[in-house]
Amino acid sequence: MKIGKQTIKLESKPCIFSTSSIVGPKEMQGPLAQYFDMHIKDVFFDEKSFEKAESKMLETCINNLIVKSGISQKDIDVIFSGDLLNQCISSCFAIRDFDVPFLGLYGACSTFCEGLLLSSLLIEGNTANEVVASASSHFCSAERQFRLPLEHGNQKSTTAQATVTASGAALVTNRKIADNGIHITHVTPGKIIDLGVKDISNMGAAMAPAAFSTISNHLTDTGRDINYYDCIFTGDLGMHGSDMLKELFKNEGVDITHRHNDCGVLIYDEKSQDVNCGGSGCGCIASVFSSYIFNELKAKKLNKILLVATGALMSPLSSSQGESIPGIAHAIAIENEV
Amino acid sequence: METFLTYGSVFLTGGIICTIGQILIDKTKLSPARILTLFVTLGVILTFLGIYEPIVEFGKCGATVPICGFGYSLFNGTVKAITENGFIGVFTGGVTATAGGIAAAIVFGFLASLFAKPTIK
Repeated sequence: MKIGKQTIKLESKPCIFSTSSIVGPKEMQGPLAQYFDMHIKDVFFDEKSFEKAESKMLETCINNLIVKSGISQKDIDVIFSGDLLNQCISSCFAIRDFDVPFLGLYGACSTFCEGLLLSSLLIEGNTANEVVASASSHFCSAERQFRLPLEHGNQKSTTAQATVTASGAALVTNRKIADNGIHITHVTPGKIIDLGVKDISNMGAAMAPAAFSTISNHLTDTGRDINYYDCIFTGDLGMHGSDMLKELFKNEGVDITHRHNDCGVLIYDEKSQDVNCGGSGCGCIASVFSSYIFNELKAKKLNKILLVATGALMSPLSSSQGESIPGIAHAIAIENEV
Repeated sequence: METFLTYGSVFLTGGIICTIGQILIDKTKLSPARILTLFVTLGVILTFLGIYEPIVEFGKCGATVPICGFGYSLFNGTVKAITENGFIGVFTGGVTATAGGIAAAIVFGFLASLFAKPTIK
């Protein structure tokens, strides 16, 4: 049911049954290492190219999810998946061997939430029983896609974020689960906000206003205030973008400092890992949600969270033609059954 | 002693040119490709103005190996070809003078790709 301007309240409260995550070697050196299901030791993952490695990572991640959930492939009604490469090839090739309907998505770094949002709507509409939402990114393939091939050995600017090498997947179901009631209660699809930022090495600044718009509209629509949630997780504004988001809320007289965390900041250790402003990429929020956040929800250390995935919707072509960066953010309220 | 002085001047010249490049990368929004083009063009202009020749005499390969040295060779090659062959030298001179560098870059790039694989730091 639609409430307010852009939020949908889910009466059936679709349940996130289980999640699966897989990360690269650098993410495994970060502070969240203990939460990930699996990691790859080499960025090539025994494949010939970074693109093939990314596909294999996503395929492995979804297979792990199926095993973890104790279901079989034929139980899955649809897989939503997306990534950062042209024509979404990581997802297409990863899901090629699955005997499951596939819907490819592109929402840049917001893809995972877009997938979760659509999954929960399919379930709300009674048109599916088990849906998988997944996303992936790979540092080395993203560098080739958005900047220059790694062979070029380029230097990065200090506001640039590092693309996370990771895949994450979640199974959304309409089954009623007795001891694991992690539900999606509201979803707020975001509007494109473009304030004219053109610097592709400062995408946090382009996405922060979109995150601000979606979060404030979500709170207005649901009649909640910021303190209703244990935490608002954005992904991936990075350090610079997070500061901007705090500033935007501060101008409205709201202090979100103690209620906000960013997946791009959480995944790496700022001091010991050379990542400039933090992590980014579809795989960032996908893997952080599928490991650390889901774990905390299950352990009831967190009970009410707002997951806000932000995306920078530019392409290398639009940037070289002088276009600014359109930002987007989708919010999903995830709550433990009380 | 003479040798060490030469090393010193070469190091100083090359170092200053690279420092300017690093400052441009860190402090401006110029992309690496633009900085590269800027350096080549500056090399041509400075040579034309007679400023780069004394720098090369002082810094030797400290001034010719960085990419603005490529601009220096382009300009000198063009001038030489025009004196020898006339107008057609405008088109042939620059590339002839830099052919060694261009071919070496392709050959060594190819060889490196046979033995090395890119990875993350």
